[in-house]
Amino acid sequence: MLPYLALAAVLFSAGLFGVLTRRNTLGILMSLELMFNAANINFVTFNKFISPDNMIGQMFAIFVVVVAAAEAVVGMAIVLLIYRNWQGVNVDNMRIMKW
Amino acid sequence: MVESNVGPVFYILAFLIIASAVMVVSLKNIFHCALALVMCLFSVAGIYILLNAEFLAAAQVLIYVGAVAVLMIFAIMLTTNLASRNIKQVTENALVSVFICALFCLGTIFLLWATPAKIWRYATESLPVDNTAIIGKYLMTEFVLPFEVVSLLLMAAMIGAIVLARKERS
Repeated sequence: MLPYLALAAVLFSAGLFGVLTRRNTLGILMSLELMFNAANINFVTFNKFISPDNMIGQMFAIFVVVVAAAEAVVGMAIVLLIYRNWQGVNVDNMRIMKW
Repeated sequence: MVESNVGPVFYILAFLIIASAVMVVSLKNIFHCALALVMCLFSVAGIYILLNAEFLAAAQVLIYVGAVAVLMIFAIMLTTNLASRNIKQVTENALVSVFICALFCLGTIFLLWATPAKIWRYATESLPVDNTAIIGKYLMTEFVLPFEVVSLLLMAAMIGAIVLARKERS
């Protein structure tokens, strides 16, 4: 079980790095997907090795996938809107809500 | 006791996942990042198959690779002008982030390694072979309320995306 959890930790760290350092909004969204996948690997691993008699882990992973899809759709729409208003999707330019 | 050691397939998939994840967060061309993301998601589906979650692997390929990644590529093509594709993609505090993420990663792995094995309480039986059928049963019995809520969420996301992305008529 531990190799799977270690893999998920590495994947989550890569996603965290992307979220922290990317300038492109789409890059941030992609790194977010990496983090979702790391969490899902953890859910499925624990489901297999700790409690295989009920499938709660896999169910939770399925719901995570669905919610990630919904998040991606709304995120893309917001990115398109930002592009239309500012002619760019870099997060450096988005400081309209900054005091 | 479920068999816990992993074979060479796991190491191949893990190498693919980590390599493509690093490519996703470090490449300069955002389009190449999207392609690396597709490879990463495919390899995660392979990990799901190794973990006996066949339905989840199929859903991963259909939803992530088929829908989310294609959506990403569409959004990249709509928003990034490909002439300026070699702009610097990371902010100037990348070194600090590398430090933080390496610390997080090594800390987590150290915690995994340092945890005594008896704390985990490994299950004695293995996953049922027909777990896809069990998932279907769960979706219609115990999880029917989250199932309906999530379908409502998907419809709200669809309507929201249409409302957000259409042109203002004035």
